[in-house]
Amino acid sequence: MIYLDYQATTALAPEVAAAMTAVMDHYGNPNSAHRIGRIAAADVELARDRIMAALGRSDGRLVFTSGATEALNIAILGAARTAPASRRRVVTLATEHAAVRDTVLSLRHEGFEPVILPVGRDGLVDLDVAEAAIDERAALLAVMQVNNEIGVIQPVAQLGAIARRCGVPVICDAVQGFGRLPVPEADMIAITAHKIHGPKGVGALWLRDGLDIPPLMHGGGQEDGLRPGTLSPMLCAGFGVAAQLAAERREADIAHVETLWARARDLFAEWRVNGSTEQRYHGNLNIRRTGLDAARLISTLRTVALSLGSACASGTGRPSHVLKAIGLKDEEARGALRLGFGRYTTVEELEQAAALINEAAATQRVAA
Amino acid sequence: MKSRIYLDHAATTPLLEHARAAMLEGFAAWANPSSPHAAGREARALLEDARARIAAALDWDGQVILTSGASEALAIAIGRSTGSGVLAGATEHDAVLRHVPAAQRLAVDAGGHVLLPDGVAPGALVAVQQVNSETGVIQPLDAIAELVHAADAHLLADCSQSAGKLPLPRSADMIALSAHKLGGPIGIGALLVRDLGLLRPSGGQEQGYRAGTEAMPLARGFAAALEAPRGWLADVADWRAALDSAIVKAGGEVVAGGVPRLCTIGSYRMPGVSAQAQLIRLDMAGIAVSAGSACSSGSLRTSHVLAAMGWDESAASQVIRVSMGHDTRATDIDAFLAQWQAMATGTR
Repeated sequence: MIYLDYQATTALAPEVAAAMTAVMDHYGNPNSAHRIGRIAAADVELARDRIMAALGRSDGRLVFTSGATEALNIAILGAARTAPASRRRVVTLATEHAAVRDTVLSLRHEGFEPVILPVGRDGLVDLDVAEAAIDERAALLAVMQVNNEIGVIQPVAQLGAIARRCGVPVICDAVQGFGRLPVPEADMIAITAHKIHGPKGVGALWLRDGLDIPPLMHGGGQEDGLRPGTLSPMLCAGFGVAAQLAAERREADIAHVETLWARARDLFAEWRVNGSTEQRYHGNLNIRRTGLDAARLISTLRTVALSLGSACASGTGRPSHVLKAIGLKDEEARGALRLGFGRYTTVEELEQAAALINEAAATQRVAA
Repeated sequence: MKSRIYLDHAATTPLLEHARAAMLEGFAAWANPSSPHAAGREARALLEDARARIAAALDWDGQVILTSGASEALAIAIGRSTGSGVLAGATEHDAVLRHVPAAQRLAVDAGGHVLLPDGVAPGALVAVQQVNSETGVIQPLDAIAELVHAADAHLLADCSQSAGKLPLPRSADMIALSAHKLGGPIGIGALLVRDLGLLRPSGGQEQGYRAGTEAMPLARGFAAALEAPRGWLADVADWRAALDSAIVKAGGEVVAGGVPRLCTIGSYRMPGVSAQAQLIRLDMAGIAVSAGSACSSGSLRTSHVLAAMGWDESAASQVIRVSMGHDTRATDIDAFLAQWQAMATGTR
C-alpha cells in the first residue's frame, strides 16, 4: 500500500510508538496526589513542555484535549460566549474544516451572525475583503493556517493584524501546519497529534496569557477547569515526542517534501493544480482533470491510498465545499484528487503511484 | 516484587495485558477510519469490530457512541438531551453535577441512596450513577428506572465505576462509561444510547453525535479490557469484607457499611486523624490511596458525597478511600491494614 493521504492522518512514528509503549506502564491518574499519580503527571508535563517548545512559545498555556475538533469547539464557543454584547459577528473563511465551519454556524442559535469570507480561485482570502468585513462588531476570527484539502497557506499574520486593530481575537486551526511551518500569531491555536505522526485521541489548544474562556464540559476540573477528563499519560507522551521530532526534523522533512513536490509536479504535469502553488504547503497536491470521475478512479486503485477531499466528508457524496469555494464547477470538482505526502513517502512510491493513477485516468478516458 | 502498593484503582487502574496487546496491534493500522481507501477501510473495520465487541461484552443492544471518556459522554447525554430538564443525585460525580443547578439535585439518604421525588416531570432526564466513586454505594437502578419510566422520564446511568464489574442497568436509557476504570486505556469512553432520538446530533463522526477522528487503537484496547476475565473480583470481595471488619475492630468506621457496595471500593474513617495526614503517612510507606475522587484530591475540599449523606465536615475530613483492582494481592491489603492500625493506635 502506497500511502498518499497525509492530510487525513499520518503513520505513527516508530519513536512515538516506543515512547507510548514505555509510558503504558505508568498507570497513575495524573490528578492523584500520591507518588504514582505524580509520575503520571510528570509524563503529562514533560509532553506539554515539548509541545510548547515545538510551538515556539514560552508564554500562554497549553490545554490538552481529545483532538483538534474539541480544541476548536472550546476556542470558538468560548470566545463567542465571552464576547461583549456589541460583538455578535463570528468571522471565518469559506474553506475552513467542518470543525470550524459547523461550530461557527451553530452559533446562529445563540444569536450570532456567521460571516463567511470568500476565497479566490487560488484559495486565498482577499485582504481587502477581510478588512471590510472585520470590525468592532466581530466576536472572533477563525482561520486555518494550511488548508486540509488544497494545502494553501492563508495570510494569517495579515488577517491577525486587521483583527487586532479591531480588538477581535484570532483563533487559528494550525492542524496541518504545526510541526511543518512556523506557527502563526494568534490568540488561540488548535493542533492535533495524529497529523504529525502522533497518536489519535489527543490534541491541544494553546491560549494567550490572560484569555479566560468557559469550558464546554464539566468534570474533575482538570486543565485549569477548561477541559475536564482524566488525561492519558500515554497519549500526551506520544504527542510530546511527535512534536519534538517534528521540530528536530523540520528542515529535513521540508527538504524531503520539496523533493517530492517537484517530482510530483512532473509526474502530474497533465493535471491542473487546485489552489495556489506558491502560497502552499508542498506536502499537498490537489489536482484535477476535467471529465474524470475521481471517485471511481480511487475505487479502482487498490494499492494507493489517496482521497477526494477531507476524510471526514468522504463517503458522503457531497462535493467538496473547498473546491466549490475556489470556483470549480461540479464536473471539475468531480475530477479532483488529493495527494498528501511527507516524511515516510519515497520518490519511488510517488512514481509508482503516479503511473497507476495516470494509467487509471487514461483508461477512464478511453472508456468514455 | 512490587515496590509500591497501589490501592487507588477507582482513580484509574493499570492497563490490562489484553488491552495493551490490542492497542499495540491497533497502532499498526493507523489510517483514518473515515478514509475511503483500503487502509482507511481496514481501520474502520477494526473500529467497528471493537464497537460490536464493546456492546456484546456489556450485553447492550442499543447504540454505542465512542467518546474521549466518561466526562464527554455525560456532557453529550446532558448537554444534547432532547428532554426537558435534568435531575441528578446529590452524590453524582462533578462531571454530572456541574451541568445541573443545585435546585435540580436529588437528596440521598444516610446510606447514599437517591430519594426520587414523587413528581418527576415527564420528559426529564434523571442522572444517577450505578456506583459512587468515593463510597462504592450501589444505587438500585432497576427500581429507579421503573419510577423514572412511570413518570415518562428517562434515566441516564453513570456507570464509570461499575462497568466491567457489575451487570449494567439494562433498563437505563443512556449509560456513560470510561475504559480506564476497567483496565482499558485513558482517553476513550462511550455513551450507550437506547434511542438516538434522546439526543440532538452535533455533526461529525459517530453517526453525527461526536465529532473528531476516531482513536481506533484505544477502542480496541477498550474492547479487549471488557473481555478480560473477572475472576479476581471474587478474591477482592473477600478481602474487602475482611478489611471492613478489621477497620471497625481497630476503632475505625466504614462509610455506608450497611448498604450494598461495589466490592473494589472501601471508604474508611479514622477518628481524630485527618485524611491528609493519613495519605502522607501511607504515601511515605509506599501505599497509594486517596481522599475521595482523584479529580478533587488535589484540592482536599470536603467531599460533597459525604456531606450529602449527612456527614459533618470534621468526620468527613477523616475519610480515605481504598480501591482494589485486577493486580491487587492479599499482601497489599495486609500492608495497608498494618499501616492503618499503627496510625490509629499511635494517635490514641
